[in-house]
Parts: sequence; structure tokens; C-alpha cells
Amino acid sequence: MPLITSSKTQPEYDVIIVGSGAGGGQMAYTLTLAGLKCVMLEAGRAYDPATETAMFQRPDQVPLLNTPTTDKQMGFTDATIDGGWQIPDEPYTQASDKPEEQFNWWRPRMLGGRTNHWGRMSLRNGPYDFKAHSRDGLGFDWPISYDDLEPYYTKVEMLIGVFGTNEGMENTPDSPPGVLLPAPKARASELYTQKHAKKLGIPVISIHRAVLTRPLDAETIPAKLHPGNAWAQRIVAESMRARTACFWATDCHRGCSIRANYQSTTVHLPPALATGNLDIIPNAHAREVTLGKDGRADGVTFMDKATGKEAHVKARAVVLAASSGETVRILLNSQSSQFPQGIANGSGLVGKYIMDSVGTSVGGQIPALENLPPHNEDGTGGPHMYIPWWLYREQLAGKLGFARGYHTEFNGSRGMPGGRNPLSDDLARGAYGTKFKEEARRYYGSFVGYTCRGEMIANEDSFAELDPEVKDKWGIPVLRWHWKWSEQELRMADQAAQNFSAIIEEMGGKVRARKGALGRDAIEAGGKVIHEVGGALMGDDAGKSVCNRWNQTWEVKNLLLCDGAPFPSNSDKNPTLTIMALAWRAADYLIEQARKGDL
Amino acid sequence: MHLSRREVIKWIVATTAAMNLPDFAATAIAVAPLAKGYGTDPDLSKFYSPGDFWPLTFTPAQRQTVIALADLILPADHLGPAASEVRVPDYLDEWLSAPYPPQKKDRESLLSGLQWLEDEARKRFAADFAALSDEQKRAIADNICWPADAKPEFKKAAAFFQKFRGLAASAYYSTQAGWKALGYVGNVPLASFDGPPTEVLEKLGVEQTVK
Repeated sequence: MPLITSSKTQPEYDVIIVGSGAGGGQMAYTLTLAGLKCVMLEAGRAYDPATETAMFQRPDQVPLLNTPTTDKQMGFTDATIDGGWQIPDEPYTQASDKPEEQFNWWRPRMLGGRTNHWGRMSLRNGPYDFKAHSRDGLGFDWPISYDDLEPYYTKVEMLIGVFGTNEGMENTPDSPPGVLLPAPKARASELYTQKHAKKLGIPVISIHRAVLTRPLDAETIPAKLHPGNAWAQRIVAESMRARTACFWATDCHRGCSIRANYQSTTVHLPPALATGNLDIIPNAHAREVTLGKDGRADGVTFMDKATGKEAHVKARAVVLAASSGETVRILLNSQSSQFPQGIANGSGLVGKYIMDSVGTSVGGQIPALENLPPHNEDGTGGPHMYIPWWLYREQLAGKLGFARGYHTEFNGSRGMPGGRNPLSDDLARGAYGTKFKEEARRYYGSFVGYTCRGEMIANEDSFAELDPEVKDKWGIPVLRWHWKWSEQELRMADQAAQNFSAIIEEMGGKVRARKGALGRDAIEAGGKVIHEVGGALMGDDAGKSVCNRWNQTWEVKNLLLCDGAPFPSNSDKNPTLTIMALAWRAADYLIEQARKGDL
Repeated sequence: MHLSRREVIKWIVATTAAMNLPDFAATAIAVAPLAKGYGTDPDLSKFYSPGDFWPLTFTPAQRQTVIALADLILPADHLGPAASEVRVPDYLDEWLSAPYPPQKKDRESLLSGLQWLEDEARKRFAADFAALSDEQKRAIADNICWPADAKPEFKKAAAFFQKFRGLAASAYYSTQAGWKALGYVGNVPLASFDGPPTEVLEKLGVEQTVK
């Protein structure tokens, strides 16, 4: 039952899953391995990383030296196809003309969604992150605690493969022994940063990323993931054996044809398809969740982009995992006499409290890193080290002027050259000829860049609603965005920029890249970090939230939201791992309901 | 060492651009209208050459000028071959022939810059730029190689030189020979990743901390 067209669907399924990324992939995996019949709707085309990934292409072997264009907005070799900040036929609008009040919406239209293009940063939320409102009175608490989600973090890490170390740091959870894969060796710029940051009291530790630094243990992990289900264990073991460990080359954002990193398309979907319990309909652009006479969701209406015709699938439960924005859009577009404001939106809260991460960057040039002997630092095709948030005590004492933390991702510059001039004009000055080439070699690898990934606190001014006029090519109303950073985020960006400059100077380097004098001038525009969460928050009070602690909407029991939409807060930890852990937990709940006959 | 593609792009935009590297990435993604280029779903598994997606521009005469200037900036020497030996002129041609707005914008300034170079060569030495001696070429280049020092009459040509140098270097260092010239030795599968070698650790005064 693999990839099908809209005319080949079964009369009814157990569950419809809208979206094929981290949340949809995890739902499909868990539900089908438990025997539920599922159909997945993906708005983009089918996509196979094994045959479609640009693994070793140099910039001179692809158009325009891999420079981003309107067609391939992260560069030609990036995994994303049919996606970007703007995509043909599918507009979205802004309520304000001011750039700082706009949201930039990254949408891939391809099987696997955003998991094809991401940094594979896989950080667990810590205990504080679920109860941040209780700590500082801002934003919202989660209805669940770290302990509720911990078993699922562990299961997801074992399934997808995450490298890293356990450091025992505050609000930076360790994984159980034996769960994490070995951390890769640190690179020169990472070690040099670590040495000098230490003098400033700033910790630099191994990051956690979803890349296999050795093959997964297909002999023991499947039994831990699916106890008592020999059939599921066999399927999962086979899928694990088909994945290869990282060969220490190529950028993860190209995707991975050897399945060494996590993509929904290489990790979640193959075993789900192998169960025979999953149909996937590509080019299926979901329009609305339909409501039965009994007040339960009974299906999804979608546009079949291949035929241009509307189609409908039926199921006993519906899971939306289309990304926060798209899930909000589908909910708001699902209008009926029972739900004139959109399905499950009696509270009027659907679309409210959208969050992204705080991003700002500072770059520097480090003389000590000049003219280093050539050596291969490709590694896992992404960072090996990072700086977790570390100023919890100072923050609690009110010394920082902002309430939540950020972590720091950083990079040296000994990566694959090309597509840009390695010797900036201010360093080259009037050089040309051999002098230019010598200077380029001298400076190669001596640049470092530090990037803030910080927590944004949910606010009343950042939300999405339906545009009253604009529709997409298929006549479906589009989202209109509202956005505002609060002083919390702006002060955080200031402090981050100061810290990064201090690290660079401690290393004997010179700050070179700062977009503005202050971090607040350099904060990334809303949406640019692509950590879009919120819009259908989970909570314990039906009047003040859209879903309950099981990702289940309060008003329509068989409708679950399993992407970032239910996040009540957006900690500094990248959201993908938490989306997967929450989805697995919600899937277990759904399976339990099905067993009880409550589906 | 680098962050993965996504971070690299963000870094190019937010950081590298601000280091005064040519801001190709930032300008490229900021553009709204969709041009007819290679489309949103090209075959990513293939290897491509300039001219595969859109026709190239240079006349034989323009091409001679480009070769001469590119090789003056990136000559054959102890660090590797000359720009024209690794097809840098082809990549420049691909760039200014591209249907995307940022490249279209560069097209005019690059073509008029080449014309200025030809006019200047004829004015000073009564010959094509490509036919000049190295000394003669340098006499012109020295007037335009650094905008801050250029005389008012050379300001525009200096801006062209800077743009040309940036693009030529972007192309040169995209090639295998360019990688060698910089000392990049990656993009090859390895059985293990051992981190920086001892001589690098010693030079930096650090120890490997990930065991």
C-alpha cells in the first residue's frame, strides 16, 4: 500500500495524517506498527533521498555556483524542492507593511516536509521548559512535565539515532546511559572557542544531532521500542540495517542518500510503508477537516494537485501535522454550523500565540586560526559542539533583563569553499594576482560565526488568521500574519551579541560581522529561524487552550494536532525532537483509544 | 567546518555578508518575482555545466577580455592554475546570463565594465586589453583595484573590478583546483573522523576534549 493517487484510496481508514514531516512521520510510524490503517496526505510530490540527493556536487558542478535563487532559496544542492519563503500559487499575506511586523513562512512542498532540510539539532526540552510560566510568570506552562515526555524522548533518540554527550547540566537533560551515539571529535575552531569561552565562564559542550556516528544496534533497539510486538521489531530492525553510518562528508542540509541522518523519508516512512498499513497520497493539498453528524471528524477534503479536482478521504480519526501555520489554516478553513469560526475553535484561540526562535549572529576573524595546516573538518556535515544556555541563576536573580535563555550554535569556516569569495574586499583591499591567492589561503578557515537560538515568549501580537480576501490557486483562503518581538527577545538579542563579541575578543580575534550596533537591530525577522510553533496551544483548561495534554482538540475528540502547533512555549531547544516525542506519545494515546473501541 | 546548509545560508546572509563578502546570497533570496530559471524542482542528482539551463552571453571578444582579466586576478602560480584553466570565464558568463533578478542586475555593470576596460586599453596602449603586456594590464588594474584609493574618474571602473574579482574568486574557489589552493581537503568519504591532527592542536595550544 505505498504511494497512491487520490482515486485509489480505501473506502475508510483508521487515521488520516495530514503532513509527512517530523510529526506526521512519527504518527505514521507508531500507528501503522500498531496495526492501524493510515492514509497520509502530503501537499508536495513524492521524494526519495536515496536517488535525489546532491551528495558530492561541488559548487562549480551546479548552476550559479550553488547561489540561492528564487527557485532554490537555500541554494541548488539544498534538499528542499518546490519550497521556500514564497512558493508559486500559494501566497500568504501580512497585516502590516513593516518588515518587523511580518512573518516569513518557510514551506517545503515535498514528502518529508521540513525534515529534509534541517540542522538535525536534537535537543531535549528541560524540566524548566515545560513550566516556564510558573518560574517567571510569563507565557504559558505546558500541561505535561518533563517526566511525562522523557520516555518518548528516549524512544525517539533510539529510533532516529542521536549523537551527543551527557553533561549533567542544569535544564539540559541527560539521556539514559547507552541511548546517545558517540559524539564526534571537536574541530579546531570548536576547541579554540571552548578553551577561550571557558575563561569567560561560558560552557562549550558536544551538541546533540540526529546523525549516525555508528550504525544503530538493530539487534537490541527494536525490542526496546516495540516490546511484545515481534512483527514491528522485525520491520524496524530491517529499516535500521538499511541505514549507513555517516561517512564524514557532505552537508546534512543536502539530505542524505545513505540515510545516515534523520529525515522522515529515510527513517519514519520506510518502516511505516513496510507494514502495509500506510497509503501516501502526494500532491494532496488539504482544504478542510469534515465533521460527521455525531460531531466527530469524519474525513479530510483535499485538492488533488495532479488532477485539479477535489477529493475526500474518510477515517475514524484525523491527525493534523502540516506545520503550525498550515494546521492553523486547515482548522480555520474547516467551518460548519457547529464551528462557524473553524473546527475545534470554540475558544477562538486557533492561530494565536505563534512563536519562532530568536536569531542573531556575530562573526569574527581569528588570527590564531590563520594558515593552519590543511586538514579535513567536514565531520558530520553540521556542528559538533554548542553552547547551552548557562545563566539560569543570574536570570532568576533578575540580573539579565530578559527572562528566558538561548543556546549558541557556532561554526568555523574550514568547510567546503565555493560559491562565495573567500577573501572579503576589506581584507583583500587592492590585492590581485598571486598576492590575492596567498591572502585567500592565509585567511581560509580563520573566520568564526556565533548564532543565537533563543526562546521567544508567546505574545498577543504574533498570530495568524484567515485573509478575508486572498485565496490560493485552488480557491482556499490563505493565512494573514501578524508579528511582534517583545522587549524580552530584543534584550536577549543584545546580550547574545555582546557575549559573542566577548568570545571573539577573548580568542584574540576581531568582530567583523554585526548587522547593527545592537543585537536588537540584528534580530532575525519573524519566521526566519524556521522554528514556527504554537497556534493551537495545549493546556489543562478547555476555555484557555485548543488541545489537551494528549494533543487532542478539546471540542473534537478524534482530531489530534501533532506538529508544533500545540507547543505552549518555544524553549531555546530546537523543536523537532519535541515534536516527534509528543507525536509518539499522542499516537500511543490514540492506539489505546482504538483498543478501547473509542475511536 | 561548517553548520549544515540551513545554518550556512543564514550565516551567509547574517554574517558573511556583513564581512563584506559579495552579498550574493542575501540579494538572491530577498527577491520576490519568480524568474524562469531551472525551476523549483530540478534534478539534483546530476552534474551541470554553464549553458545547461540558459544561453550564454559573451561574444568572442568579450570572452578574450574576461580571460585576460580573470587570469590577471587569479594567475597560474605555485598555488595552482590560472582562472581560465578552470573555466572561471564560463561561470562568469553563466552568472550574467542568468534569468534571476540579482544576476540580471549584475549583467549591465559587468558588461559595461568590460567595455570600459577595452576602451581604456585602446586609449592608453592602442590595443585590446587581452593583447597588452602584463605590465600594461597592471598599469590599468592598479588604477582601479581598490575603490577607496581610486581617483574620481576611476571610481566606477573600480566598483566593476571589485565585483568582477569577487565573482571570479567565487568561481575559482568552487573548483577542485581552487580547493587545493585554499587547503580544503574534504568532500571525500572517510572511515572515521579523528578531529584535527596533532600539529594543528599543538599550534593552537588545545587538546581534543571529545573522547
